[in-house]
Amino acid sequence: MKILVPVKRVVDYNVKVRVKSDGSGVDIANVKMSMNPFDEIAIEEAMRLKEKGVATEVIAISCGPAACSETLRTAMAIGADRAVLVQTDDELQPLAVAKIIKALMDKEQVGLVILGKQAIDDDCNQTGQMLAALTDRPQATFASKVEVADGKVKVTREVDGGSETLHLSLPAIITTDLRLNEPRYVTLPNIMKAKKKPLDTMSPADLRVDTTPRIKTIKVVEPPARAAGIKVADVAALIDKLKNEAKVI
Amino acid sequence: MSSLVIAEHDNSSIKPSTLNTISAALACGADVHLLVAGHNAAAAAAAGAQITGVGKVIHVDHDSLGHGLAENVTAQVLALASGYSHILFPATVYGKNIAPRVAAKLDVAQVSDITKVLAADTFERPIYAGNAIATVQSLDATKVLTVRTTAFDPAASTGGSAAVETVAAQSASADVQFLGSEIARNDRPELTAAKIIVSGGRALGSNEKFMEVMTPLADKLGAAMGASRAAVDAGYAPNDWQVGQTGKIVAPQLYIACGISGAIQHLAGMKDSKVIVAINKDIEAPIFSVADYGLEADLFTAVPEMVQAL
Repeated sequence: MKILVPVKRVVDYNVKVRVKSDGSGVDIANVKMSMNPFDEIAIEEAMRLKEKGVATEVIAISCGPAACSETLRTAMAIGADRAVLVQTDDELQPLAVAKIIKALMDKEQVGLVILGKQAIDDDCNQTGQMLAALTDRPQATFASKVEVADGKVKVTREVDGGSETLHLSLPAIITTDLRLNEPRYVTLPNIMKAKKKPLDTMSPADLRVDTTPRIKTIKVVEPPARAAGIKVADVAALIDKLKNEAKVI
Repeated sequence: MSSLVIAEHDNSSIKPSTLNTISAALACGADVHLLVAGHNAAAAAAAGAQITGVGKVIHVDHDSLGHGLAENVTAQVLALASGYSHILFPATVYGKNIAPRVAAKLDVAQVSDITKVLAADTFERPIYAGNAIATVQSLDATKVLTVRTTAFDPAASTGGSAAVETVAAQSASADVQFLGSEIARNDRPELTAAKIIVSGGRALGSNEKFMEVMTPLADKLGAAMGASRAAVDAGYAPNDWQVGQTGKIVAPQLYIACGISGAIQHLAGMKDSKVIVAINKDIEAPIFSVADYGLEADLFTAVPEMVQAL
């Protein structure tokens, strides 16, 4: 069984972005970029399924500008066998990305697609569910445990108050939550090995996908700042402030 | 123009997140209908009819809908979708699971986590962990939205008297089966609806210490308990306690952060709280930059002291 893992190149989670002064977006020039953290968890899970003998091949894909090939090299350093870059400099929204992944899924005859639940730049949390809809396949979002057996996959999902378990027929779509696994460290030999692994490049047009945005960004502004607070000397002073000044307890 | 709000419910009652979503739907300027898709959910449908602002409740009942599976709920929404200009879900685990599936089936975009309705097609939403606020316009005929519940006041749960219309269920997906769930019993207020939240970070050091130190304070204040991503990652607290960009977004009257440094992704989840208290022994911790009241202290002495003094 082949597993497809889409990975997104995003501003590193440690970077506090700045809004451009003309309100057109955030300034990501010269900012550290990394693989979306939930996508790293997705690649790791795919590798574990391969190491268990469930998967035969792990294919990483990314959609976006040429620099996304770096993210794909990271995915291959974690262990993906090969990669596909669907290259475009146009803005891509989740529906368009889901259509691209569907086209690749059809082409590659994939058994499982594992995605991060959410990208930490646009915070959309949509692509996996949209892919499941477009392919008419079952979905298990926010996964904390994945077991494949007998043509089905059993997924434990994080839900309010605890967890629930679903049984899905394959092919299926899974999105990862935080506790699914802890991604391995990438080693130097594996980084070197990843450089030699195959990376195909194609365009959305090659896959006959229309990527025209359906949502127009009118402006982007800084959120209102919180007024500076005060320091209190001790617990007694804190409780006094909460009772008599803020009146919240 | 009408809006369809997909109710989050437990078959017997309507969850508070639905009330905030109804307010957002009313702000879109449309007639609001409420879909209650469940199993033996007549009580939830009846409760939905009492909500102020709801014009009609559509109740669909089938055993395949009892657990809110995305595939099956989506089919019910799609059967109704053509009559609506807006389809809204709460931006909760429940709504986020289903809304994109509905949108893609309709071949429309979905706008996630709206915090303000500026016009029927124009919304504000936070991006980059709330470090930027985008104004976006949906160009599609049908707007599929998820609503950040903390950004909209809840609609009154009583005062309405909508009609309840029962419709037949669509066929269920054969590709997904619900095997079971493990839900911890919890008498505390729900995190996203709580007035007071006490939240712990990695400084707690272990699951035992987390519970031993934080629980008495939560008990004293009748508070919900939260945690930072680092604390959840380390296994000190359950996943659904996680407050932050990729966990729960909260905005209580009082948020007490204990031993939480205040990483960007945590601040994203709690900086709209009315009053923020930070207790941390590192004076440089970024949490102090958003705190109304900062106490530089070791939480292991300060928190028990608070419990004593309250």
